[in-house]
Amino acid sequence: MSALQTDVGDIERLPEKDRERLALTGLEVGMQNRCGSFFQIDQDVIQTTCGAEGIEMIPIKAALEKYDWVKDYYWNAVPKDKDKYTEYLAKQENPQGLVVIAHEGVKVEMPLQACLFLRDEPVQHVHNLFIAREGSEINIISGCASSWQKEHGAHIGVTEIYVGKGAKVTSTMIHNWKEGISVFPRSATVVEEDGTFLSNYVCMQPVRRIDMYPTARLVGKNAVARFSSIVVATPGSTLDLGSRAILGAENASAELITRAITTGGTIISRGHILGEKDNTRGHIECKGLILKDGTVHAIPEIEGTLTGTELSHEAAVGKIARHEIEYLMARGLSEEEATATIIRGFLDVKISGLPAVLQEQIDAAIDKAESGF
Amino acid sequence: MLDISDLHVEVDGTEKLHDINLHIGQGETHILMGPNGSGKSTLLKAIMGFGGYTITSGSIVFRGTDITRMPIHERAHLGIGMMFQHPPAISGLKLGKLLTATSHLGNDALEALAQTVNMDHFLARDTNVGFSGGEIKRSEVLQLKVQQPDFLMLDEPESGVDLENMALMGKEIANLLEKDIHIVNRRKSGLIITHTGYILDYLEADQGHVLIDGRIRCHGNPREILRVVKEKGYGECLRCKQM
Repeated sequence: MSALQTDVGDIERLPEKDRERLALTGLEVGMQNRCGSFFQIDQDVIQTTCGAEGIEMIPIKAALEKYDWVKDYYWNAVPKDKDKYTEYLAKQENPQGLVVIAHEGVKVEMPLQACLFLRDEPVQHVHNLFIAREGSEINIISGCASSWQKEHGAHIGVTEIYVGKGAKVTSTMIHNWKEGISVFPRSATVVEEDGTFLSNYVCMQPVRRIDMYPTARLVGKNAVARFSSIVVATPGSTLDLGSRAILGAENASAELITRAITTGGTIISRGHILGEKDNTRGHIECKGLILKDGTVHAIPEIEGTLTGTELSHEAAVGKIARHEIEYLMARGLSEEEATATIIRGFLDVKISGLPAVLQEQIDAAIDKAESGF
Repeated sequence: MLDISDLHVEVDGTEKLHDINLHIGQGETHILMGPNGSGKSTLLKAIMGFGGYTITSGSIVFRGTDITRMPIHERAHLGIGMMFQHPPAISGLKLGKLLTATSHLGNDALEALAQTVNMDHFLARDTNVGFSGGEIKRSEVLQLKVQQPDFLMLDEPESGVDLENMALMGKEIANLLEKDIHIVNRRKSGLIITHTGYILDYLEADQGHVLIDGRIRCHGNPREILRVVKEKGYGECLRCKQM
């Protein structure tokens, strides 16, 4: 299959149940609200299309052949020998994945979608590069899902994101796995001067294990990173999640926000901000709600190495306060309605700068999960 | 409208209200006074049905229905509403969302209602989070304007409110209680806890009650009770043989 061929037919031929699972991660087959699309089933890239001028979406092998400089970004932010998963990926002779290039000054609000679907293979591996060159702005929604028939499997993914001078990248990732799937994303971002990186992560469906700790290195003055995670751990799910920001340039700032709910599973919510330059600011906020006995373990770390950095964190774990439920009951809501309304509010992390279509996607994932509370 | 008979209420295993009898007719507004810790808020919370306020004996009947064991939201549906003195701050839950969840009103109608109490800029804020004293009261009034209860309980509507806000609050509470309608046709009743009696500058009350150590010690004209308490303190109510 030619790399740049568009074959929507393959997606439309997927069973209804799988298309529903993919829609929940943000895949729009008709692309009404998307300006580009990449679709990979197991190790096969079945769609790469992009209608936005100045934006390229290319399978990684083709990108490495097309532009000599792409190799400078390949295995740069994430080291090959980081752990056994990156080593596994580095050994692949036939790397798959997506490269997005936003050329200088190109600003596109309409999101690009990247969909990774695990169907038949035991392991899906993927290596993505998102490169936003100086002054560009892009929104990427990455939807990762497994087939409804897939009982066991693993997804290993490296994503390296480069936010150039004055550029802005919004990366929204929605996961929709199943009870027997393990997931090991390895991501890192480099943000240059005046660049902004917004990362949103949503996982509200069962999974066996997710293990990730993406890092943003703010290497240019005034660089900003904000990670927001909204996660639910159902019984049998273990989510070991974290995010790290290294404030490596003057006036850089970072915020790590997590809303974690357990209905019986385990969530480890890590966070680390290192302030090592003047006028840097960082804040970690983790709020955990235990709806049914399970674990929410918040491990916020803030580390400053000079007087010019200001770092803080707040973490709270518990159940919904009884008097909050009764307050809403006094306004006429039943106990169940009051509880759902409060949970909905708890998860309502509005992310400034997020396009409405992406917020709707997040809201849809929350709505879907809410029926299970 | 509300008939409380021989009511005993326990909190954390200790009886806090003893043998309360109270009758509030349709269209009437009653004032409840008493020293700090005498059980005034406990009475309101027991009427609303909050957990932790255990009715050990006696009954609460609302419009002929025994609500003594009824869940909170069913009491709300029957027409009982309450203005909280210390409402919880609910992180993440926008005030606008709360109002949408508890009513059938559309966004425009809610926005218009919010404007009447200068709360339109607060609809996108987390409910009661970081609200000042006056803002909390206005938020409560707004929620009650949406709910439109027939029997309205107010727990210290004056506390933490500046003079300007007090005038607005007084007017709005009088509206909620349909004070502009003659008592013969008025459907709304109220029970108001007050320490200062400032609320009486904005609306007339029909009866006053003094609660001391969990017992109602006297009933009477609210302004008369207020005058006696101001002049002689609650000790005078203990000596009063009106019961």
